[in-house]
Amino acid sequence: MTDLHFELVTPEKLVRSDDVHMVVVPGTDGDFGVLAGHAPFMSTIRNGDLLIHRTAGGPAERIAIEGGFAEVNDKGLTVLAEKASVEG
Amino acid sequence: MASLKALKGRINSVKSTQKITKAMKMVAAAKLRRAQASAEAGRPYAERLQAVMASLASKVSVGPEGPKLLTGTGKDDTHLLIVCTSDRGLAGAFNSNIVRAARKKADALQAQGKTVYFYLVGRKGRAVIARLFPKQIVHQYDTSAIKYVNFGDAQAIAEEVIERYNSGGFDVAHLFYARFQSALVQEPTEQQIIPVQMSPSASSSPTSGADAVVEYEPGEEEILTDLLPRNIAVQIFRAMLENAASEQGSRMTAMDNATRNAGDMINRLSIQYNRTRQAAITTELVEIISGAEAL
Repeated sequence: MTDLHFELVTPEKLVRSDDVHMVVVPGTDGDFGVLAGHAPFMSTIRNGDLLIHRTAGGPAERIAIEGGFAEVNDKGLTVLAEKASVEG
Repeated sequence: MASLKALKGRINSVKSTQKITKAMKMVAAAKLRRAQASAEAGRPYAERLQAVMASLASKVSVGPEGPKLLTGTGKDDTHLLIVCTSDRGLAGAFNSNIVRAARKKADALQAQGKTVYFYLVGRKGRAVIARLFPKQIVHQYDTSAIKYVNFGDAQAIAEEVIERYNSGGFDVAHLFYARFQSALVQEPTEQQIIPVQMSPSASSSPTSGADAVVEYEPGEEEILTDLLPRNIAVQIFRAMLENAASEQGSRMTAMDNATRNAGDMINRLSIQYNRTRQAAITTELVEIISGAEAL
């Protein structure tokens, strides 16, 4: 299975641009996971943690994000957040 | 002709000025590199946001009840000019170029019978604008404590501007800043930020392939209402970043010129000093010789 192209962008910089297995995004109406080949989708996000699973079943990386929105299109997932802080 | 001592004094004074301008040039060059890097780092966000806005705007039918930030207030009477300048001078024509652009726009608008207000970001535009358009400055955002532009400040400005918009303070907002092209060229730029202007090509042409049914959560209009204020903050942020880079670029060029001019001046003064010194020696010799002959 192909990987999901994932980008995390803040106004200050491009935080992450990677090919990963799955990303769990804290949407306003609830968390949602995005795998490769997800249908086009757009949601605003609430303040919370973004979980990045690099491999299937592997440990998740946690990035705290604040305010913004996520867009899924045929190119992958783009998260536009106002603030993002990588933990540890 | 100036005395030797006076010339020496002038040479020394120009030399110490040259040291200062040289140091300022180096500092500006270092800061420019940083400002340029952060201006570039901010680009992806602005570009993506623009793309998303365009695709949303083409999908959401904008009725008269649509978000006011997109449709406008329906009037065109009161204009707010947001003028971004720097807090420090000695940057060549940087600040005066921006202020001149804003002034031209304000004069044109006033000639059409519109009301113009100013919202200033940074300290340097105030004096000129306060003199030309007294009582028309609604607010000045103090940036003197900010070392490096961050998004929080842009957000604070955007919130204040939107607040004024919603309470009917103005109908149209324009943003003035200097776009950075190179260390030599900074272009004063005017941009309308409220109501939001969609480039017609972006909103009418279907984006390739992505025209498939997109699901929106919570809903298209909610997302758009959430996005519009954010977009304004991003535009202001971008203007501030560009401005920061332009300011340093402009200062670097100005200080480079000043250093060169000081060098020329030192050369000229040194020649004059040497000539005067030789003339003095010659006069002294002539006096001695003619004195000896007279005996």
